[in-house]
Amino acid sequence: MSEVFDIFLLESVLNGLLLGGLLALLSLGLNLIFGVIDVVWICYAELIMVGMYAVYYFHVVFGWPLLLAMLMGILIVAMAGAALHYFVIRPVLAAEPINQLLVTGGVLFFLQAAATLAFGIEFKNLGVTFPPIVVGDISFSMPRLIAFVTALAGMLGMYLFLTRTYIGTAIRAISQDRTIMPLMGVNPNRIFLVTSALGGGLAGLGACLLVLQYDIHPAIGLSFGPITFLICVLGGLGNMVGGFIAAFIFAQFISVGGFFFAIEWGYVIAFLFFIGMMFWRPQGLFTK
Amino acid sequence: MLSVNGLSKTFGGFTAVNRISFELAEGEILGLIGPNGSGKSTTFNLIAGALAPSEGSIRFLGREVAGTHASKVAHLGIARTYQIPRPFRKLSLMENVALAAYYGQAERPTRERAWAQAKEALALVNLPSEESARVDGLGAAGLKKLELARALATQPKLLLADESLGGLDESEMNQAADMLAMIRDKRGVTIIWVEHIMGVLMRVVDRCVVLDHGEVIAEGKPESVAHDPKVVEVYLGTDADEVQRAVAGRAA
Repeated sequence: MSEVFDIFLLESVLNGLLLGGLLALLSLGLNLIFGVIDVVWICYAELIMVGMYAVYYFHVVFGWPLLLAMLMGILIVAMAGAALHYFVIRPVLAAEPINQLLVTGGVLFFLQAAATLAFGIEFKNLGVTFPPIVVGDISFSMPRLIAFVTALAGMLGMYLFLTRTYIGTAIRAISQDRTIMPLMGVNPNRIFLVTSALGGGLAGLGACLLVLQYDIHPAIGLSFGPITFLICVLGGLGNMVGGFIAAFIFAQFISVGGFFFAIEWGYVIAFLFFIGMMFWRPQGLFTK
Repeated sequence: MLSVNGLSKTFGGFTAVNRISFELAEGEILGLIGPNGSGKSTTFNLIAGALAPSEGSIRFLGREVAGTHASKVAHLGIARTYQIPRPFRKLSLMENVALAAYYGQAERPTRERAWAQAKEALALVNLPSEESARVDGLGAAGLKKLELARALATQPKLLLADESLGGLDESEMNQAADMLAMIRDKRGVTIIWVEHIMGVLMRVVDRCVVLDHGEVIAEGKPESVAHDPKVVEVYLGTDADEVQRAVAGRAA
């Protein structure tokens, strides 16, 4: 009896690990934007929603191959990220943080409403199913494994980009002192635009991974937006490594907590943990 | 090379710079001096494009640059250092300087070339150029050198050095002065050196422009400026003796 119990526990831990990878990828883009531009994209998960619809339309409606449709999804959300910066963030760059928060909050509702008008409220899905992978007595979901591996690769790629390229170095530099950048011949607005496209691209990548596991509807962002934001706060807003670790901690609470009680309880426990942490370390586990 | 004409900057009702004019010849080291609040830094910010002038013109190599965006000014060949060093602390020394080399020139160099230019700029100011060298280990003098290296990496024709050597001891001040002279001699970079302590500056500058309350009150060779009654009055009781000593030392 106890052996069976242990195997299920191990399965929960492993599934939590896989979920952690996905959550870590989702938090990466939000952290990048905050770390560099100092603005929180409250509408981040709605960009993911846009990406999910893009993949759905290109694959199911236009009949493109799935990988190509995903590439288009990433591209579209990257452009949406750049547009978000250019039209919405740039005018309020010098405004109070609360105004910046409200304006991206406005974009959240705008995107939700626009998606409802354009795509309707019925749930859509790609219609692709993957058989579970069974190793011994433990089974994994294939999309989760794909998401985990892609998320790790995405994060590694991001790390290399930020440390090995000049534009990446400029992005790291501008996050420390934006006013001095022009002296080095850098126009900060251009770097912000590149960073926003990059953040959007990460949201697009997240969309590709989520669309394999979840149905698409206009309010899907609400399922991932708050948790992504909380993970970023838990890890220390703007701290990409902190967010990475926090994502795995959070995912374990959800998965293992769900195992001991019920799956909904996993979320309750995770959020209780978050609230507790905010009393203990309001600046996040790993300050920037 | 640089010609400043009737340059003014007002902030609300306060006139920080009031119709100043001066010329700068190629290869010159010009000392821009004056007490705190005399308008030196504002003048610098106007030339470097950090501020747009209220009035007047700034011509650099025959081209009007007043009001040009700072990143464009950098590409034209004007570099500056800050009085209070502002390094990117989380970047290595090499990354700090290579960034300036890569983005700061009108024609973008290759990655390798920018890296080599950064190494060269660090070597010129005697800072380590190993990839592991961090900003954290640097003292006040080292940080000023890093500012210089970052400016030099953009391959400037004109260097605006906001030195204000306060915070350095006497030998460090002398080293800094010698370094600016060396940069001019080795690299052929024209320099405007802003300073409020006159002493050590007088040893290396070719010419001085003295500002007070946003206006030019004296201009000329260090010897004559140092004896100018208006200048002596402004500096009276501060470092007048030191200035005379430095001027004497220069002649010897």
